[in-house]
Amino acid sequence: MMRAITNRLVIIIPYLWLLFFFLLPFMIVLRIALSDLEYGAPPYTPQFSLADGWNVMWEKLGQLDFENFGFLASDSLYINSYLSSLQIAFFSTILTLLLGFPLAYGMARAPSGIRPTLLMLVILPFWTSFLIRVYAWIGILKQEGLLNQLLLWLGLIDTPLEILSTNKAVYIGIVYSYLPFMVLPIYSTLEKMDESLVEAARDLGCTRIGAFWKVTARLAVPGILAGCLLVFIPAVGEFVIPDLLGGSGTLMIGKTLWTEFFNNSDWTVASAIAIVLLVVLVVPIVLFQNAQARAAEAGR
Amino acid sequence: MTGRWSWFNITSVVVGFTFLYLPIVLLVIFSFNESRLVTVWAGFSTKWYGELFQNQGILDAAWVTIRVALISASVATVLGTLAAVALVRFPRFNGRTVFTGMVYAPLVMPEVITGLSLLLLFVAINFARGFWTVTLAHITFSLCFVAVVVQSRLVSFDKSLEEAAQDLGCPPFQAFMKVTLPVIFPAVISGWMLAFTLSLDDLVIASFTSGPGATTLPMKIYSQVRLGVTPEINAVCTILIAIVTSGVLIATILNKRRNMQHKHN
Amino acid sequence: MPSLGSIRRSFAPWDDPAAKPYISFKNVTKRFGDFVAVDNLSLDVYEREFFSLLGPSGCGKTTLLRMLAGFEEPTEGEIFLDGQSLKGVPPHKRPVNMMFQSYALFPHMSVADNIAFGLKQDGMEKGARDERVAQMLKLVKLEEFAKRKPDQLSGGQRQRVALARAVAKRPKLLLLDEPLGALDKKLREETQFELMDLQQQLGLTFMIVTHDQEEAMTMSDRIAVMDKGIIAQIGTPAEIYEAPNSRYVADFIGSGNILEGNVASSDDAHVTIKGGDGEIVGALRGSKAPANGEAAWFAIRPEKMQVSRSKPENVDNALEGEVWDIAYLGDMTIINLKLDSGNVVQASMINRSRLVEDPIGYDERIWLSFSADSGLVLER
Repeated sequence: MMRAITNRLVIIIPYLWLLFFFLLPFMIVLRIALSDLEYGAPPYTPQFSLADGWNVMWEKLGQLDFENFGFLASDSLYINSYLSSLQIAFFSTILTLLLGFPLAYGMARAPSGIRPTLLMLVILPFWTSFLIRVYAWIGILKQEGLLNQLLLWLGLIDTPLEILSTNKAVYIGIVYSYLPFMVLPIYSTLEKMDESLVEAARDLGCTRIGAFWKVTARLAVPGILAGCLLVFIPAVGEFVIPDLLGGSGTLMIGKTLWTEFFNNSDWTVASAIAIVLLVVLVVPIVLFQNAQARAAEAGR
Repeated sequence: MTGRWSWFNITSVVVGFTFLYLPIVLLVIFSFNESRLVTVWAGFSTKWYGELFQNQGILDAAWVTIRVALISASVATVLGTLAAVALVRFPRFNGRTVFTGMVYAPLVMPEVITGLSLLLLFVAINFARGFWTVTLAHITFSLCFVAVVVQSRLVSFDKSLEEAAQDLGCPPFQAFMKVTLPVIFPAVISGWMLAFTLSLDDLVIASFTSGPGATTLPMKIYSQVRLGVTPEINAVCTILIAIVTSGVLIATILNKRRNMQHKHN
Repeated sequence: MPSLGSIRRSFAPWDDPAAKPYISFKNVTKRFGDFVAVDNLSLDVYEREFFSLLGPSGCGKTTLLRMLAGFEEPTEGEIFLDGQSLKGVPPHKRPVNMMFQSYALFPHMSVADNIAFGLKQDGMEKGARDERVAQMLKLVKLEEFAKRKPDQLSGGQRQRVALARAVAKRPKLLLLDEPLGALDKKLREETQFELMDLQQQLGLTFMIVTHDQEEAMTMSDRIAVMDKGIIAQIGTPAEIYEAPNSRYVADFIGSGNILEGNVASSDDAHVTIKGGDGEIVGALRGSKAPANGEAAWFAIRPEKMQVSRSKPENVDNALEGEVWDIAYLGDMTIINLKLDSGNVVQASMINRSRLVEDPIGYDERIWLSFSADSGLVLER
């Protein structure tokens, strides 16, 4: 009897917590996204609440509308933010992969004695504040910043490059901040890989490059996929990087949501943006979760 | 994977790590700059650190942040460990799919969404925003990270250890406390450290859920950064980096030493 | 004149001075940093030979194989295959295939695709390729498993896929790195014979690395016993077993007894040594006896000694001792005898009849006797 209760508590306590602090808030966001904006506090008209009972709720359900979503669709600002977020996230994911794969590959090929140190060096920045790491780039990228100073001194350019407050800076920021997320899953698949597979391919007539594509790269696909999703998903909703490194022309949905909420106090539109963002991300998130579950099963 | 470490590999590792570390190193160097202009070196000085400790706003924010991080990390570690046990030890229960989804989703959820939704919850239940709302929000998203860290250790835990304890007369709950928990404890500790740093670093969720009188350090830094790069901020960042880095290094070294001892025995 | 072992071989190109070696290692040295894996080694292997490299781990046998496959280049010296130097030839251009210890089956490809991999690299057209794959699957009796992935196969099946993949390209030389190491004992014994049949059928040269002496003895035409980067002895299984050239080889192959002493006297066929166990006379190995007084070792196999309760008459050698351990193995019984010197000597008796009257028991004092030709006197 005792055993049954303790067993159940192990599940019930975190379950209830997550239901209340994770799932319920989403329901609320959805509800507000479907409500009308009214100025006041809180700045939305509650469309229905449980206290009213079923009848009233049913009646009010009829009043729910997709007005806010219509508004999102009608204003090109929102559509452009979504598209530009996806575009920026997509290209920065590819850039991160281009930088991250060779790094992961080099690490996996390193002498086994120094591999744990290299691994720690990749993880360490992850423990360091995201904000600080983004902030560090401002001093480097700005007009009179260190990068321009260096390039001018080397004589590579005559006039300082304009990087900060453009999308270029946003790309750099995303690649930089999310690089460890790309490197770690790729590294772990490459590190586990049996080197004799590459040798077998070579033995059976592959050139060095052929063996790389047919065996190494092919077997690293799960790691590459996990890495890309780990970069792409949060990058789409990124706020700090476009806000600090991007310019007024940088449109990203996380930033738009923030502006709607904090500057325009439009809670319903902010909620509608959040819902659409979630819908956009649902496919990659489900992909990621499946991969996670599969990895957990495989580890069993 | 073994083999020769070719020049190509060495180059990509060096380039990768330079990219990862150079910005941080530059930031630390310029926190010791004499000049107010952060990008022009004017000699070594620690004066910005001195000024920092005069800045009451920053000190208050730091104190709030540390309290939030301590409380939220501790609660999240307990809840996250429970969630991990539920995931690993109970392959079948009603609503497991929903549960699994709720544990993994926050790992990749854009922070703006998590922050906004939690804020709307607190408004809906009329909970005064401030220190406690930030803490509750941090518990919620960091418990998922703890769960994942502990889960991966539990999966590889040899269940026959616990069975042996039961065979020797230990009731299941005690067997878990006396055998399983001590073995997975390093994972629980790293889960706590992860939760602590996540809370320490968080800007977005705290901005949404915080209220008057509960400004955290990242919020403070952010509001100053928007106005431009200043040596004081470099100094704050340097201190934070130093704390986190030494924490991680000490943990790694202790872990290594433990492992070495295990090998010796 | 009696010969070593009981088999007369017709295949013995190594005894023919006119025969051309197929593989030739010429003064090959391989260093990894300060570590010398292979030390100035020369070795000839002939076409269609089943050749084993035998030794403990770290003796350089795998390095030798990997240099042949092209995964390592010799630091010094040169390797010739069929008269051609292999210097600088990359692995994919060598007419040599390897079966890996881990099997190295590509996990993302089916059994058939694994076998077809090398053929595709050669640009063999699809029809011929499919035919060859089918042929190979039949050869290793895995026809029904063509579409499976490697992780859906048992260890023995994986081993056979690895073998089929390695021979699919019809290489002249097949290298096998511990090919049976991952199989259990019974399967290993079966597979040994299958490998021998396959080698005969395809007419290939096999070069195999193993640490299992029984495996090497069963399958090989010749064995090279390796020790710390050099070849300690090279010869047929019977030569290695019956005429080891050193204590190292005698000890590594089979079980053996080694008794220490100093040379007391010698003639052109026998040497007498004197040590803690009295005088022992054994066969001289080689043509020249060591000088009197030199340290020498007498080596004898357990099955070459007779056990008796009373002191044997008219024998070259006899040792008395106390029964220390008895192990009944079914086909034979092994007795460990503690001599008065404290040395323990092992003898084995074939159990010819099921019923034994008054078997030898613990703590009994018994005698071991053996002729002068049963054991060897070794100088190192």
